[in-house]
Order: sequence, then structure tokens, then C-alpha cells
Amino acid sequence: MAGESYQVDRAQAMIAGPVASADWLIVVPVVLPIVCGALLLMFRHRMRIHAFMALAALALVTAANASMLRRVLADGPFSMTMGGWLPPFGISFTADVLGVSFALVGSAVAFICCLYSLGDIDRTGRRYGFYAFLMLMMAGVNGAFLTGDMFNLYVWFEVFLISSFGLLILGSDKAQIDGAVKYAILNLVATTLFLIATGYVYGTFGTLNMADLARKVDGLSDTAPLMTLSALYLLAFCMKAAAFPVNFWLPASYHTPRIVTAALFGGLLTKIGIYALMRSMILIFAVERAAYSMPIAIVAGATMILGALGALAQSDLRRMAGFLVISGVGVMLSGLALGSEGGLAGMAFYALNSMVVMTALYILAGTMGAAGAGFSLHDLGGLYRARPLLAAIAFLLILAAAALPPASGLWPKIVLVQASLAEGAGWLAGAILVSGFLTTLALGRVFLLAFWRPASASLPIARVPSLSLAVLLLLLVPVLLVGLYPEPVIAMSGSAAKGLLDPSAYIQAVFPQAGGG
Amino acid sequence: MELVLAIGIGVLAGSGVFLLLRPRTFQVIIGLSLLSYAVNLFIFSMGRIRLNAAPVLDPAANDPALYTDPVPQALVLTAIVIGFAMTALFLVVLLASRGFTGTDHVDGRER
Repeated sequence: MAGESYQVDRAQAMIAGPVASADWLIVVPVVLPIVCGALLLMFRHRMRIHAFMALAALALVTAANASMLRRVLADGPFSMTMGGWLPPFGISFTADVLGVSFALVGSAVAFICCLYSLGDIDRTGRRYGFYAFLMLMMAGVNGAFLTGDMFNLYVWFEVFLISSFGLLILGSDKAQIDGAVKYAILNLVATTLFLIATGYVYGTFGTLNMADLARKVDGLSDTAPLMTLSALYLLAFCMKAAAFPVNFWLPASYHTPRIVTAALFGGLLTKIGIYALMRSMILIFAVERAAYSMPIAIVAGATMILGALGALAQSDLRRMAGFLVISGVGVMLSGLALGSEGGLAGMAFYALNSMVVMTALYILAGTMGAAGAGFSLHDLGGLYRARPLLAAIAFLLILAAAALPPASGLWPKIVLVQASLAEGAGWLAGAILVSGFLTTLALGRVFLLAFWRPASASLPIARVPSLSLAVLLLLLVPVLLVGLYPEPVIAMSGSAAKGLLDPSAYIQAVFPQAGGG
Repeated sequence: MELVLAIGIGVLAGSGVFLLLRPRTFQVIIGLSLLSYAVNLFIFSMGRIRLNAAPVLDPAANDPALYTDPVPQALVLTAIVIGFAMTALFLVVLLASRGFTGTDHVDGRER
């Protein structure tokens, strides 16, 4: 086409007017933590103010996410494109119900973890920059949930990966370095796969904007690369989410860092993989996902059963919590395997629930470890008589993790079991129930040994910090509230699933002027 | 040109994967670097291979065929910077691991 002469009108690629001031809200959850992280690095010798700066920033981020969630629930998705370019050229940030609800629960959990860190992170941890790493990681996490661009998603993945690396090796003892090596190698392989797929997406579609991809994928003449592309994304994000055959980095590393770091990782990081799977496999590669439905279902079943069996086999509380994270990922993946509206709604609901519950479980493990003499079930005992409030909290949290009433975990499992029965996948429903049963056994064993068993005389039971109990109670509030009154969250995850399956509102938010192109 | 590029990417990726599967940390990090070079070249070729053309529009000549695609170049630049930072950070951790354990095996002990 070298002979033809094109008149390129660059004015058509630029945004003429200023961005509406309400739309600026979408960059707050990313910009604020980055600025705060930079300030924390500048004031790294004034360690007394670190925690309060971080708490203030996270509170503001949570408020921004909450107000965005109100807006997307009322008016549908909205978008902002950077640099004055129009959407396919500039990088878009797009807020829809799915992304914003994940970002909201994630930043609220991070805020609560930050409260817990007041007692868990000592001067050494602050000097090595715990709060700066935490802020930069939250920037990456929020960026991943809010971005509307495939390559930008890769960048945010790297941002939170690098920061999580810093958090993982904060104490730099031998076990942490050993865990960090495995965590880093396998996560770097996953991001490399993600990068290959993203380059290939650009070669195939000529665009990286998710809304643009979603509207172009139907009209694509050459669909052969799509199977490869979706397989690459599936593998890369399953590695990030710690799904069964590619999950070995998680048990190798999550028991080594400080409790607050492990709580954040267990709560947030695998869910970003789940989110990215929903975004790519449903919004863009819906047809290919249907073709991969059976393999995903097998992976989901294997992950949930083997994760729960792994938890049953462990005697270290932190390792057990790591396997429970994996088992939960399996339950979420069953929603992806189904691909129906109910399945996706259950998947989103379970992920939100799991963010809170898994964080609480790690903090519970930390509190029990502080009260008893370490994390081993062989040594713990007598906590029921000595620390009755902790025992009550632990009992409710165990119900939550095992998805029994009155805790919130029950409802997404009901939604998922219903959806799998509706799709005729009874064995998947069975696997979900069996994994719940195994989780109950594993956690019941914890209660039996650590709480009911009489304490051994040689090990005195230490005082439980009231801060830990307050944090655990704070985490229990949403778990019980949603458990008793799940209607709003079920409606919200339902609308998140609808927004993924029918992306017209999402596309409309990014490209308001043209329906087709 | 396409053939040379394709073979180059293939050799880099193959060597990278081979080294990644070795048990020594130094081999693993070189393997990761080779793999990321392969990925960078691959992304670079995704904008179609166009020799001797600038990626920046000139207002006087508006024919897109005169230019190479600037997007893959921006993507590769980003990926190189991120990969470089990751490799540097990873090297520090591996050195620390070597110092703690006295071995360069990825498991932290010789079997």
C-alpha cells in the first residue's frame, strides 16, 4: 500500500476537552500509594510517622474505591484515558463492578493489615522499608484491578511482584531467602508467558485496549492464533493464581515472611490472578474458554481437593493456611470452568470473601503463634481455657474458612454448587463439597489440638496482644454481616458477572462516540 | 530477514528454557535473561519487520507506509527496563542465598 497517500488527521486521535473531574477518581487508588511510597522512602529515617502515613493513604484509597463502587453500581462502568489521547491510542483505566469491588475489598484488607502491622513490624522492619513496599504493592494491586489495557496490566503485575519480593525478604533470614528464590523464579516465568501472550495479542489484533479487544474479537477473520493466545494467558494467570500443577511456589514461600506479609499475600495476590483470568478469558476469549472448559474444570477440581489434602497433612499453621489459599483458588476456578453467569458471580463472590477470610486466617495463626509457643500443632494446646475470646474468634473464622453458616463463605459456595448443577457438572459440585469437608477436617484438627487439648506444662501461654484481637474482630464484622445478610453482595457479584458476559456497557464506557468502530 | 529473526528467537528461547531447568541459580538467572531477550525480540517483530524507517510521524509525509510501528518499540522498551530491574534484584537475592547456604543450588542444599 505504499502507493496510496493517507491523510492522517492527528486531531482525531486526541481528546479535545478536559477530562470530567469525577473521572479523575479512577487514578487516585494508584497515584496516592505511589506518592505515599515515595514520601516514605524520603522520610525513611523518621520511622515513627511511617505507619500513620501508610494508614492515612490506605484509608483514602479505600474511600476512593468505595465511592467509585457506588458510582459503577448506579451508572455503570466509566473510563479515563491518559495523556490526552483517545482510547485505543492512550492507555485507558476502566472501572467496572468487577474491578472496583476487588480493589475496594483489597484496599480495605490492606488497611486492616496495616493496623495489625503496628504490632507486628518492629524498627528493623520499618528501617528496611516495610511501609514503602506495602504502598508500592498496593499501587500495583489497584492498578491491576482498574486498568483497561493488556500491556498496562503486565506493568502492574510487575510492580506488585517487585514490591512483594521486597516484603518477602524483609527479615532476610535463610528460610525467607530460600522461599523468595522459588517465588521469584516461578513468578518470573509466569510474567514472561504473560508478556509473550501480550506481544502476540498486539500482533493479532493491533490493539491492547481491553474494550477494543472485546469488540474486535468477534470480527476477527483469522481466529487460529486465539486458541494459542488464550492457552498462554490461561497458563500464565493460573500460575499467578496458584492453580494445581503450577502452584509449587506458594507452599514454598508463603510460610516464611512475617505474618502481616503472609496475610496480605494470601489475601490479595492469588486473587489478582483470578481477576486477570476472568478479565481475559471471559471478556476477550469467551469462545476459547468454552473450548477449554473441561481442562479448567479438572484443574479446578484437582486444585481444591489437593489443596485441602495438603492442609490436612500439615502441622505448621502458616503452611496449612497456604494450602487453604490454594484450595480456595480451586473453588474459584470452578466458576471459570462453568462460565455461566451464576458460576462467574460465585467466583467473584468467593474471591472477595476469600480475601477477607484468608487474611484473617493468617492473622489468627500469627496470634495463636504469639500466644502459644510457635506455629506447630505439636506444641500448641490449652488455648481454649486460657484465651476464651481468641477461641471464640477462631471458631467463627474456622466456620468462615470451611464455608459453613453463619459466615459469608457459605453463600458463594451455594451459588457455585447451584451453577454447576445447572450446567450438568454434578461432579464439580461434588468436588466443591468434598473440598469443603476436607477443609472442615483440617481446621477442626487445629481447634481440637490447639484449643481443646490441655496445655503441656512446660510451655506457658503468653498474653495475646489486644491489637491482634481487635484486628481479628474487625475482620469478623464483614464476614458475619455478609453471612447473615448476603443479598447486596450477591447482587453486586451478579452484576459483575453480567458486565463480563455482556461487555457492551464496558465498551460503551471506553468508546462513547461509536458503537462499532 | 524473517527467517534469521525467527531462528534467533527460537535459539534464545530454547537455550533459556534449557538453562531454566538446570539446578544452579546462576544458570537459572541466565536462562531467565535469555528467555526475556527472546520475548523482547518476539514483541519487536509483532509490529511487522520494517527496515530503515522511523517510528515518529513527520507532518510533511503522512503516508503510514513510510513508518515503522512505534507501539512494539515502546512495549519492548518497557519490558527491557522491567526485565533489567527484575534481573538486578534477583541477582542480589541469589547472592544472599549463596552467602547464607554456601551453595548455589536452587534448593539451598546439595542433594
